[in-house]
Amino acid sequence: MSTPPVLRIVEREALVFARLWRGIAFSTFVAPALFLGAIGVGLGGLVKAHTGAVDGLTYLDFVAPGLLVASAMQLAASESLWPVLGGVKWMRQFHGVVATPISPGQLYGGFVLWTALRSMLGAAAFLLVAALLGAVPSAWGVLAIPAAGLCSAAFCALLAAYSIKLDSDLSFPMIMRLGVLPLFLFSGTFFPVSQLPSGLRPLALFSPLWHGVELARDATTGTFDVAPVLAHIAVLVACIAVGASFGVRRFSRRLSP
Amino acid sequence: MTATLRILPFLSWRRRPWRLVERNVLAYRRIWYIFLSGFAEPLLFLLSIGVGVGKLVGDLHVGGHLVEYRTFVAPGLLAIAAMNGSLLDTTFNFFVKMKYSHTYDGVLASPLTPRDVAVGEITWALLRGAAYSAAFLLTMLAFGDLRSWWSLLALPGAVLIGFGFAGVGLAATTFMRSFVDFDYVNMAMIPLFLFSATFFPLARYPAGLQAVIRFTPLYQGVVLERSFVIGDLHWTLLANAAYLVAMGVIGLRIASRRIGLLLQP
Amino acid sequence: MSGPMVAARALTKRFGAFVAVDGVDFEIEPGEAFGFLGPNGAGKTSTMRMIGCVSPRTAGELHVLGLDPAHDGPDIRARLGVVPQEDNLDTELTVWDNLMIYGRYFDLPRAEIRERAAELLEFVNLSDRRDSRVDPLSGGMKRRLTIARSLLNRPELLLLDEPTTGLDPQARHLLWDRLYQLKRSGVTLVLTTHYMDEAEQLCDRLVIMDNARIVAEGSPRRLIADNVTREVVEVRLPIEADLDFEAARLKRFGDRIEPLADRVLLYTDDGDATAAAIMSEGFEAGSVLVRRASLEDVFLILTGRSLED
Repeated sequence: MSTPPVLRIVEREALVFARLWRGIAFSTFVAPALFLGAIGVGLGGLVKAHTGAVDGLTYLDFVAPGLLVASAMQLAASESLWPVLGGVKWMRQFHGVVATPISPGQLYGGFVLWTALRSMLGAAAFLLVAALLGAVPSAWGVLAIPAAGLCSAAFCALLAAYSIKLDSDLSFPMIMRLGVLPLFLFSGTFFPVSQLPSGLRPLALFSPLWHGVELARDATTGTFDVAPVLAHIAVLVACIAVGASFGVRRFSRRLSP
Repeated sequence: MTATLRILPFLSWRRRPWRLVERNVLAYRRIWYIFLSGFAEPLLFLLSIGVGVGKLVGDLHVGGHLVEYRTFVAPGLLAIAAMNGSLLDTTFNFFVKMKYSHTYDGVLASPLTPRDVAVGEITWALLRGAAYSAAFLLTMLAFGDLRSWWSLLALPGAVLIGFGFAGVGLAATTFMRSFVDFDYVNMAMIPLFLFSATFFPLARYPAGLQAVIRFTPLYQGVVLERSFVIGDLHWTLLANAAYLVAMGVIGLRIASRRIGLLLQP
Repeated sequence: MSGPMVAARALTKRFGAFVAVDGVDFEIEPGEAFGFLGPNGAGKTSTMRMIGCVSPRTAGELHVLGLDPAHDGPDIRARLGVVPQEDNLDTELTVWDNLMIYGRYFDLPRAEIRERAAELLEFVNLSDRRDSRVDPLSGGMKRRLTIARSLLNRPELLLLDEPTTGLDPQARHLLWDRLYQLKRSGVTLVLTTHYMDEAEQLCDRLVIMDNARIVAEGSPRRLIADNVTREVVEVRLPIEADLDFEAARLKRFGDRIEPLADRVLLYTDDGDATAAAIMSEGFEAGSVLVRRASLEDVFLILTGRSLED
């Protein structure tokens, strides 16, 4: 039986992952635990003393799903910028891939799939730490893992489609500072969106991260309505679809002009 | 005079290191927007953590003053920004210039020495950091978070934090073999970022951890900045400052020697 | 397979208004070593990329292994080996892992890749570097690894784009030696080069490309015999010499002359006699050289320019 080409790309990424385990183990397992300890427990203690519950949750319960999905987004963003440009321009290994039976579109698909899988691995590790700290009240919490994967795929699909066309990385710091960072800080991760000035609140609807965080928070707390959950999923799937429609075409045009 | 120069290389009257600063200014002139975007980063943190989370946290007692959480966390964010900016310039950016762009191969073929390169790069990192810090302090002023005239020392304080980390960053980078080694930079930065009494007071950490944190580098900077801004001064701040000076000076010395070994073997 | 490995008719590639390949015709037979010789920008790489099915043609016909790249790209690529002009090894992986994963791109079973990779590392003299990372390898080693990689799937057709550009002479000869062995084992080789010695050494047959077109075709020997005299006399001129004047003076000695920046080439069938005649005219013996005609001369005569320009 033959392996689908998209999965052969996943295999390559997994091999790199296995070779670079040291840094990856830190960013996947240790860093989230540190964030959860400092922000969830440390800062959470101050919140508890002053406010008590945040949206009916302890601060730790509130912030854990936020940080979980936010780290999935950050991973997806950083993986979809420099490494994509490197693959096509600096190291050029993408050109090596498309000289084989694998097509540029399959390369793109495999890349997005891998990023989502890796984010889910990180999310699983994060969830474990969060559960040990008592931040996952519901068994539905397991579903926060696919929520993180979906959010990660959305960012990867869009950003990889963007990066593949570039000739320099000059815009990347801008994307991280003026795109990814504001999303990270204001998408209901650290404090409820309801606290934003009323004029800015609707903007959260446009943040894929907000949809991912809401999904994950619904899962870890186990309290949710079906309609908004479906809406969040629909938005993220739409992002992936838009990204893919550009991504497949742009990968082909760049790698087999 | 030489002793002062070692401590504050960016005030050096010697002109050669400034050529490297000029070179960096020229390089950045065409990508000024990236330079400008650096101003946004600490500001966004201040709005999210200081204002947003601050509403959930309320007021805190700091050194006998009752202050809003935003006032408490802002100097911490200032110290973090000083560390981040300085480490970015002296680790990642320096590595790319050394290994990939071969910027210094040409520089060292001129009358400039490895020490000039080290001093020049640090000076550049500090100037850039100072601009960002000044803008952040003005924002704090607008929020009413500068509670004392001692706040005037917060800018030199931020430069000092930058100097300490620049020295260490530059020295560490000379030992790096590939981008994979930058994982170590992250492994150092994230715990410092989170556990230097930046986001909540030292007293809230477990006792054992408190003792460790007192000796970590970013904590020195956070203590300095918070004391200046709130106006809560002690003689012990001199020790915090001395710690950062030592980091910078030792780092710079190691870096000068190693750059010489690497680029002029 | 009975037909040609590659057949192109009026093959054309345009990028917007720029014409990279302008209606070329050629056929490559099984087992031969076929070359595209020409200066940079002649259209060689664009042609190779179309054969490699990583660049769709704009017009004309192209069949590779009897299939049409427009429809059967993946199937064709599965049977090709490609050595690109710029190395594109996976620098995040070791030598061994590069081979393993590349084999997986072809969906080869792991056990088979392991066996094949070990053989190929032996073949390209890299067995002792199997666990090394790719970055620290020398240019010649990287090129050899790329060749090993291109052979994993036992390709019927091996495409080499400027295989020895940028390598030192020793690394070049080692590479040529490996390519000879491949040729002897029956692999069809297609290569581009702007080195005429490489073309003469390796190619059974070649086309000369210039300005997106093919200007001549044949075996190296045939091309020289058809276009150039047997020998060439080079007369090196002193820096202060008036080139036009000297060229006019030398004209009567050769069947044909080509004035270059610092010397004049005279094409003749009897080099020694011509050289003697020139020297009797007062040209210094040290500045007159007789040599055999080469592909470089063919190119110069056909295009009026030198290959290295």
